[in-house]
Amino acid sequence: MKRVALYAAALGFIAFAGFPFYWMLLTAFKQNRDLYVGAFDTQHVPWIFNDPPTLEHLRLLFGQTDFLSWVWNTLVVVVAVVVITVAVAVPAGYSLARLSGRWGESLGMGIFFTYLIPPTLLFIPFARLVSLLGLQDSLGALILIYPTMTIPFCTWLVMGFLRSVPWEIEEQAMIDGYSRLAVILKVAPRLIVPGILTVVVFTFTLVMQEFVYALTFISSVDKMTVSLGVPIALVRGDVYHWGALMAAALVTSIPLAIVYNLFIDRFIQGFTMGAVKG
Amino acid sequence: MIARRSWADREDVLGAAMLAPALAYVLLLVGVPFVLAIALSFSNAAAGSLSFGWVGAQNYAAILADPIFLRSLRNTAIVTVGSQVLVVVLATAAAQVFRVAFRGKRFARFVLLLPWAVPVSLAAIAWTWIFDSTFSVVNWTLKTAGLLHGWLYWLGDPGLALVAIIIVQAWRIFPFATVIVLAGLSSIPQEVVEAAIVDGAGFWRRLFRIELPLLLPVVAVAVLFGVVYTATDLGVVYILTGGGPANTTQVLPTLAFQRGIQGSDLGQGAAIAVFLLPFLVVVAVAMLRLARHTEVGAK
Amino acid sequence: MRTSTIPHNLHNLHNLPKGTMAGVDIRHLSKRFGDLHAVNNVDLSIREGEFLVLLGPSGCGKTTLLRMIAGLERPTAGEILIGGERVDDAPPRARGIAMVFQSYALYPHRTVSQNIAFPLEASRMPRAMIAQKVRWAAEMFDIVRYLDRYPRQLSGGERQRVALCRALVRDPKVFLLDEPLANLDAKLRNTARDELKRFQRQIKTTTVYVTHDQVEALGLGDRIAVMDGGKVRQIGTPQEVYEEPVDTFVATFVGQPPMNLLAARDPALPPGTLLGFRPEHFLPRDHFAAGEPLRTFGFAVRRVEYLGSDRYVYGTVSDDVIDEATVIAKLPATVGTTIPEGERLEFAVPQAALRYFDGATGARRP
Repeated sequence: MKRVALYAAALGFIAFAGFPFYWMLLTAFKQNRDLYVGAFDTQHVPWIFNDPPTLEHLRLLFGQTDFLSWVWNTLVVVVAVVVITVAVAVPAGYSLARLSGRWGESLGMGIFFTYLIPPTLLFIPFARLVSLLGLQDSLGALILIYPTMTIPFCTWLVMGFLRSVPWEIEEQAMIDGYSRLAVILKVAPRLIVPGILTVVVFTFTLVMQEFVYALTFISSVDKMTVSLGVPIALVRGDVYHWGALMAAALVTSIPLAIVYNLFIDRFIQGFTMGAVKG
Repeated sequence: MIARRSWADREDVLGAAMLAPALAYVLLLVGVPFVLAIALSFSNAAAGSLSFGWVGAQNYAAILADPIFLRSLRNTAIVTVGSQVLVVVLATAAAQVFRVAFRGKRFARFVLLLPWAVPVSLAAIAWTWIFDSTFSVVNWTLKTAGLLHGWLYWLGDPGLALVAIIIVQAWRIFPFATVIVLAGLSSIPQEVVEAAIVDGAGFWRRLFRIELPLLLPVVAVAVLFGVVYTATDLGVVYILTGGGPANTTQVLPTLAFQRGIQGSDLGQGAAIAVFLLPFLVVVAVAMLRLARHTEVGAK
Repeated sequence: MRTSTIPHNLHNLHNLPKGTMAGVDIRHLSKRFGDLHAVNNVDLSIREGEFLVLLGPSGCGKTTLLRMIAGLERPTAGEILIGGERVDDAPPRARGIAMVFQSYALYPHRTVSQNIAFPLEASRMPRAMIAQKVRWAAEMFDIVRYLDRYPRQLSGGERQRVALCRALVRDPKVFLLDEPLANLDAKLRNTARDELKRFQRQIKTTTVYVTHDQVEALGLGDRIAVMDGGKVRQIGTPQEVYEEPVDTFVATFVGQPPMNLLAARDPALPPGTLLGFRPEHFLPRDHFAAGEPLRTFGFAVRRVEYLGSDRYVYGTVSDDVIDEATVIAKLPATVGTTIPEGERLEFAVPQAALRYFDGATGARRP
């Protein structure tokens, strides 16, 4: 009896979490005449394919919209921001974890807290900054500003990760004859590869999900990122092409979800400040 | 001859050098803008030019007299509190279900995490479609189940729209909270739970007297993040309702965007956004307290 | 953290009521995890009021056995009876047992008095009565002054007393203890052991105690059950287990340093016999009185360890043995004979102290 209740509850939660995605899937492949039927019509069941599925929305999406440019733009920004973040946050995290002694912990926490300062406060002064630098309506603005979100959290991630890597391996290398710098350049990287990987993945997901700054700084449709373009610019006239819209949402969500799922435990460790083992 | 310490061994130099870029970035591109934001709230700066003139508390006076602003403040509070309550209930319940091993758990976990993994804007647009006045699949389901007799104009009615926003925020955040609670559950020492069993506590007594109290720090972290993500979120409201109908579902972030960016009144936009700070200060203080508690504390 | 001062007389002990007593019967008990027999067909009878120690190395099944008595593990086969009643299907709370875990498992978010009160709350005792009982238990262990503190503010010894308090307060029929002294400093362990034993003698509750420390076992148990590989090898009083081991495992596990075992080459003995004698019986020949029946050995001394109250002498014996064997002698400080390293001396063992074992099975030969 308990088992049945358990499965029922699990099903309930999964249904609640997942039905929008199922709905996305249906909408993306349904023919318009199967799709645009008023919901007051209880005879027509929207939850299944009443007509055979179609690829026309996908064709529209890839052929007649700027979706592919948006994917490209997003990719450019992602790569650039990942490079910047890894280059800045990893050494910083290492420094705070290994080289900074007592105040390293507090400084690290201070840096982490800047992650809490929301984009919806900072976008006002950033607007001024971006126009000062002449970066308005360009991907450069995003490449400059996204690291302000990724660096604080990733520094903290690396710090937390290093706490679980034994110090003794590096000490051993120093006894064996390496200078401190050599240890950092030669020995440490191999040890923190999983940490670096987590940083890359986190940065990737953050950039893909970001909406506020993109909305604030990008106005030309051809320069938009996926997260911005899909809800804002996939509109023809005043009409939402829901089929294409949901197809875009689906195409973007699935890979992201898979990647995210693989790294969820590490993220949790970071979020709970290492207080909880994932 | 024994080699002398070169700069390659100077830990303090190396440490500072490795930290410097991050510190510079944070200070210059977060710290300075943060201060600038507050300064802007006392100015009449406009987005088009590089002008800057002090106007004292004029912006604050203006928005505090503006019913739309007051409403947005109220809405922010309602959405944040409402969605977080829902999140805590859902997450603790879901954690109880998902802590047990069952077939297909991996797949279940994957689906459970989808709302959290998906970009906010894409989820929001999907929900806009789900709540569409004419085609809402929710309405269809409710009607077919016999639970709906009239019609729900989700995004067209001020009250309902707020409910819709709360649902979407809770939907988005509860998977993340669930995972955190699950991790917390597994960090409760096995022997403490067994001691409670031997001491005679049944399932419910154990849950409420032993497990939940010990989970409190972890749940608190989840809630705090949830508060930050909800109160400062612009995407869900912007895409779902745009702040409408007629500015009735504005929240602080969307209003700040409307006045500050779209309306080019940076001063006013900043002043509105500043009202997010009390939320965040409370969160930061609470997190600091928690961090100290978990380090010094319970063993 | 300062170590707790342990009172030398628990003067409240004479006020203790005699606890309800029950014996524990274990019949053909087995626990399997997949292919692994953690507990393999164990039969054990624990008398009312007895202090029984389950002794063995890690993985021998002693903790699993304890947990099955507690009800935290379900047996794969066999029966457990407490006070004559079968308890296999009963949950822990219905068995009348109390348990002290190795980590003490105190509730970190509750004060000491709330910790002690928890089992009483679970049994729905009225509030006033709970407060009274908590006070009574705290006085008995002299921890009244800690009642409002949290576990993290207490030392190891203090936490142990709180754990005992919590276990006692429900008047259990059987006490189960899982290596409770393992987390204490070595110095504290002796006094804690003494306290524990005196306490159990007073309240006379049946106690089952798990440990891997044979000194602890010998010091505490009325009887010891030596376990290995899921089976009970021998059960007996400390004296029986020490002086009359039933096989080579018990002989070498109990006793520090372990019993010396030599593969004897003696026509008078059956082939494959192992000769055993304890280090304290292996002494210089001229220490013994004339006429005492002895077996002598040529002992090549390799190294002497001076340990204060004893000297351990490590060396080899090669006469009358199949292979040259390392042998340890334990000389008390009262035997002052000089033992120079590198020399060959004549040592002997009283015939009465010799034990004979079958080399193939390890079993004791009478």
